[in-house]
Amino acid sequence: MKVSTYQAMAAIGQTIINNKQFLSDLDAAIGDGDHGINMARGFEAVGAKLQSLGPDKDMGTILKTVGMTLITSVGGASGPLYGTAFLRAASLGQGKYELDIETALMMLAAAITGIKERGKAVRGEKTMLDALEPAYDAFVEGAKTDKSMIECLESACEAARQGVEFTKTIVATKGRASYLGERSIGHQDPGATSSYIMLQTLLDCSQS
Amino acid sequence: MVGVVIVSHSQKVAEGIREMALQMARPGQQIIAAGGMDNGSIGTDVIKVSEAIMAANTGDGVVVMVDLGSAVMTADTALELLDEEVRDKVKIADAPILEGAISAVVEASLGSNLESVVETAQGARNFKKF
Repeated sequence: MKVSTYQAMAAIGQTIINNKQFLSDLDAAIGDGDHGINMARGFEAVGAKLQSLGPDKDMGTILKTVGMTLITSVGGASGPLYGTAFLRAASLGQGKYELDIETALMMLAAAITGIKERGKAVRGEKTMLDALEPAYDAFVEGAKTDKSMIECLESACEAARQGVEFTKTIVATKGRASYLGERSIGHQDPGATSSYIMLQTLLDCSQS
Repeated sequence: MVGVVIVSHSQKVAEGIREMALQMARPGQQIIAAGGMDNGSIGTDVIKVSEAIMAANTGDGVVVMVDLGSAVMTADTALELLDEEVRDKVKIADAPILEGAISAVVEASLGSNLESVVETAQGARNFKKF
């Protein structure tokens, strides 16, 4: 991939900020309506931190900066969740400057494990895991059939998109949306949506 | 005495619970409110919580009372930022935040150890209002 981790993180931040209202609107339907606001606040802080860090650091340092900044600035559940995900991925990127398929897979797996541990959640509970786990499975499948990084990422994004659609059909049992019970059906999960947006941005900036 | 940290998404809720709990406290008892974000908006702040835990710990440990959902995750994450020796003396109570905080403060004021304070706080789950 030609895009650097630094550029990818900046692009993800910008897309999340651009989708602030959309994500908050999704959250307002079934939660406390702050997912977009929180995520945008987090990634604005990430942008500032990255700028002072500079683009020449290894993937580990960049991802760790993203993770720590999200943890300390988001303010909602997504802070510790995404923060932990980026921190877990960071530990696999120490001293590395280029992302290969094997490392990408390990990072994605570590990030998902981090989210599961932090949120004590599993797939099927209308959370970000409903986008991320199918994405990971598709990535694994792509890697097995010797697809390129971009092709793997394309399959992962499509799986994540379908995962987001799937969240419309299930009841939320985690987070604020769980108070709504059956009434959460019909709405897509904001966390799954932001996970999908991040993966899609990664793909978009890898292709450009 | 075991310290008590109150983690709420709302600064006002955390401070209000602290105010109520203080009525049952003994002098010198550490009850710290860690509510809201740095700028006072709704949310939970990992750094604020970890600093509150350190401030509440006088050596006997700290029980952390939490409100909804992500307050638990924030408290968990805050624990990871602490030194191991402090972390081992901190427990998050699975209890209603107001009733639990007051129960914890009363138990702690008797000089009970961390395990007893957590148990009493969690016992607040069974309170009947009438």
